[in-house]
Amino acid sequence: MQRFIKDKEHLVRMVGLFLIGLVLFLVVQVLLVPKDFYKFGHFRAGALADNAARPVVFAGRQACESCHPDVVEARKGSRHGIIGCEACHGALAKHADDPGSLKPTRPDARTLCLVCHREDVAKPKSFKQVNPQEHMGGEPCISCHKPHHPETA
Amino acid sequence: MGTNRREFLKSTGKFVLLTSAAALAWDFLEAGTPEAAPNYKLQEHWWAFAVDIEKCIGCGNCVRACKTENNVPLEPYFFRTWVERYHVPKGDIEHPEVDSPNGGYDGFPARYQPGDGSKNFFVPKLCNHCSHSPCTQVCPVGATFESPDGAVLVDKTYCLGCRYCVQACPYGCRFIDPRTMTVDKCSLCYHRITKGLTTACCESCPTGARMLGDLKNPKDPMHEFLRIHKILVLKPQMATGAKLYYNGLDGSVR
Repeated sequence: MQRFIKDKEHLVRMVGLFLIGLVLFLVVQVLLVPKDFYKFGHFRAGALADNAARPVVFAGRQACESCHPDVVEARKGSRHGIIGCEACHGALAKHADDPGSLKPTRPDARTLCLVCHREDVAKPKSFKQVNPQEHMGGEPCISCHKPHHPETA
Repeated sequence: MGTNRREFLKSTGKFVLLTSAAALAWDFLEAGTPEAAPNYKLQEHWWAFAVDIEKCIGCGNCVRACKTENNVPLEPYFFRTWVERYHVPKGDIEHPEVDSPNGGYDGFPARYQPGDGSKNFFVPKLCNHCSHSPCTQVCPVGATFESPDGAVLVDKTYCLGCRYCVQACPYGCRFIDPRTMTVDKCSLCYHRITKGLTTACCESCPTGARMLGDLKNPKDPMHEFLRIHKILVLKPQMATGAKLYYNGLDGSVR
């Protein structure tokens, strides 16, 4: 006990240094960690807005259908009815925002149809598949099938 | 004395009201930029994804759409979503042959013939948006996280590119973007779903094999899908809380 009291100055200095270090650490932490960092968990809440702020490239089916009711009518009751417009016509958010700025190009039915309908053993049996040589022998698909309503000749 | 008290109450009232208003405004400022999605309420959604393997035809539309929408590098080996083709030899579920040429971006060239007794099917893959993600747990800087609405996202401004998460993901769904040297992965098209749109891959899937669902919305068709099908997630033994639900998932799928 005597020795402890004699040497206590060392301890006081050490504790003092430690406390100064702790205060410095806390100050730096407050300055560097963004205010929203622990709002929802161990991440910056603003990252949610960052992720949400990116531009949209595919306009979405509703945007297409709001301007093209004639196509909606043409596709009614079709086996192709569930396919989104941009699945074949490509990403067209630019066209939806300003129709004049980007004219969609007509997809080439000769290659486009076979992207899905080329015969493959891994495709589900219920899915309509053709061997292009046997089925049409070089004739383009659209001479028999309408892409928007393939049942009607 | 009376006027003094009145003035005191007036000034104190003003002070209290204005301070609380300032506090509110400050909270609003801290919450980030709400303009990105003004009507989106974080607490009202819990996103999940479903894939119906029995409908997938391996056309690669989803892979192409994803790369277009999310500006993913076009070289092979960088995918937010990709499609695998499984070839299970007769009776040998333990040794499937799996190929995924360019992730299915260019479709699948014919490789297997019918009639050899094998089983063949396509398996689309993407981030499982786990609710107990191994990948978010290993991030040393809080740059990847499970959002309160159920998507696993990346904070590109915080990511160091240390690759811990790339190794931690049991599904191989992460890659380092060679342009920024930060990690990239499926964000569940967070910029679209917060605006009421569906993901780019769902938008372009011709057979409806892919489905985005909000499990907090009781009217979402996802509930019915999960109820009427036999559902499985990938690697359930790892208890990742995966929210990518498969219908028709074969035991050979890894």
